[in-house]
Amino acid sequence: MRDEERGRWFVMPSLVLLSIVTIYPLIYVLYLSLQRRLLIFDVSRFIGIDNYLFLLKDDRFFNAFKNTLYFTIMSVTLELLLGLAIALLINRSFRMKGLMRAIVLIPWAIPTVVSAKMWEWIYNTDFGILNYLLGVKINWLGSPFWAINAAVFMDVWKTTPFVVILLTAGLQVIPKDLYQAARVDGAGRWDIFTRIVLPLLKPVILVVLIFRTLDAFRVFDAIYVLTGGGPANTTETLSIYAYKVLFQTLQFGYGSTLAVVVFLCTGGISIFYIRMLSRGVRL
Amino acid sequence: MKRALFYLLIILLALYCTGPLLWQFITSLKPDTELTKLPPILPKSPTMDNYISIFTGHPFLRIILNSAIVAASTTTLSLILGSLCAFGLAKLRIGYKGLILGFVLSVSMFPPIATVSPLYIIIRALGLRDTLFALIITYTTFSLPLSIWVLTNFFREIPDEIYLAARVDGCTPFQVFYKIMLPLAAPGIFATAILVFIFSWNEFLFALTFTSTVASRTIPVGIALFPGLHEVPWGDIAAASVVVTIPLIILVFAFQKRIIEGLTAGSIRG
Repeated sequence: MRDEERGRWFVMPSLVLLSIVTIYPLIYVLYLSLQRRLLIFDVSRFIGIDNYLFLLKDDRFFNAFKNTLYFTIMSVTLELLLGLAIALLINRSFRMKGLMRAIVLIPWAIPTVVSAKMWEWIYNTDFGILNYLLGVKINWLGSPFWAINAAVFMDVWKTTPFVVILLTAGLQVIPKDLYQAARVDGAGRWDIFTRIVLPLLKPVILVVLIFRTLDAFRVFDAIYVLTGGGPANTTETLSIYAYKVLFQTLQFGYGSTLAVVVFLCTGGISIFYIRMLSRGVRL
Repeated sequence: MKRALFYLLIILLALYCTGPLLWQFITSLKPDTELTKLPPILPKSPTMDNYISIFTGHPFLRIILNSAIVAASTTTLSLILGSLCAFGLAKLRIGYKGLILGFVLSVSMFPPIATVSPLYIIIRALGLRDTLFALIITYTTFSLPLSIWVLTNFFREIPDEIYLAARVDGCTPFQVFYKIMLPLAAPGIFATAILVFIFSWNEFLFALTFTSTVASRTIPVGIALFPGLHEVPWGDIAAASVVVTIPLIILVFAFQKRIIEGLTAGSIRG
C-alpha cells in the first residue's frame, strides 16, 4: 500500500462525519428554503423562490437584521478595545500573574446560558444589584433602548477573556528589544503603542475580529435566554427570529430561508476577513 | 505610586471578572424572603435550602449526569477522530491537503442555526429525538474542526525525523501514530480535550431543539427552562448556576496554561 493511500484512511472518518452532519444538512436546508413546509400539518410543497421574495417584504426580518448588525458592531468594537486594554495591563510582570490569568478566563468558561441567567438577575429592576449599586431604578431589560445595550454589555463581559488571551499571545511574540530600542531613540509610551505594538499586533487583531464577528453575528443563546428577543422584538437577532419561525411556529420552509440568509452573511464576513488577512500577510 | 495604581486596576479587573458569579453565589445562599430585599447585600441568615431544593424537588442530578455523559463521550470521540485526521494532515502525504484544511476551517464558521432545521428533521426521522446519542454525534461533528485544527498544529511541531526514523525501523504509520506521536502530543491532546469538553458542556441551541424531556435534557437547557410555580425561582437558579459552574472553575484554575495554549494554537498559529 502506498503512503498516500494509508494517509487517506486517517482523514477519512472525520471527513465522512463532517460531510454527513454539516454538508448534507446544508444542501437540505437550501432545499427546505424553497419549500412551503409546515411540520404540524404535514404540508410540504415546492414554491421556488417565494420564501425569498416574502423575506424582502418582511419588516420583522429587517428589524432582526438591524439588531444583529448593531449587536455585532457594538460588542465586537467594545470587546476589542477592552480586551486590548486588559491584555496590555496583565502583560507586565507581576506577582500572581498566573492566578490573574485564570480569573480573567472565568467569564469565558461559564456556560452562556448561566451567564444570561446571572445577568438577568443582575439587571432585575426591583431587586437587581446593578440598580442598587447605581442608585437608580431602570428597567434594563424592559425598555427598548436599554435591552439591546444590556445584551451587548453582557456579551462584552462574557467574551472579552477570549480576546485578551489571543492578544496576550500576540504581545508575547513582540521582541522585548524592540521596546528598549524605541525607548532609547526617545519614543514615548503612546508612540511605542501606535507605531510598534499595534502594527505588529495587526494579524492577531484580524484573527480576533474574524472569530468574534462570526460569533456575534450568529448570537443565539445569550440573548434568547436573557430577553427572549423582547421587548417588542427590539433584541430579536436573525438567529432568534429564525429559531422562532422554525420551532415555535413550525414553518420549516420560511425558517430555513432565514437560516440560509444567516449562513450567507457569515460566509460573506469570513471571505471579507480572510481576504484582508491574506493581503496583510503579503505586505 | 504607579505600582499602587497598577494593583488597583488589577483588583478592579478581578472584581469585574468574578463579580457577577460572586453575586450569584451570594444569591444562592439567601432564603426566599431575603431575595426581594436589598440592602443588605449579604444574606442575614445564610441557608443551603436552594441547593437542597434543586436536588430534591427537581431532576437536577439526572440533568447533570446527562451533560456529563454527553460531554465525556463527545470529548472521547472528537479526540479519536480528530487526532487521526490531524496526524494524517500533519505527517502523511495526502492529496488536496490545503483543500481539506480549508473545508475543516469553513465548517467551524457554520452558524449552527443554518443546520438545525434539517438536522432536526433527520434526527426525528431516525427516531433519535430526545436521545443523548443525537447530541453526541452532533457535538462530535461540530467540535471536530477545533480538534483537527489544534492537533494538526501540535503534530506539526513534532519533527518529521521522528516519524521517518520510526518508519525505517519498521513501524506502520498507525503504529507510529499511537506508539510515538500520541504520547509526544499529549499536552496538545489534553488542551484540546478541555476545550471540547467545555464546548459540549455549554452548548444550548442543539440541546434545546433535539431534547424534549428530562431523559436527555442537558444543563444549559435545564437552567434556561427552570420551572417555577408562580415566579422565577431566582434562588434555585443561582444555586444551580453555582453547581454547574464549579467544575468549569476547577478546570480553569487547574489547567489555565493548557487552555490558553489550546485557544492560541487553534486560532493564531493556524
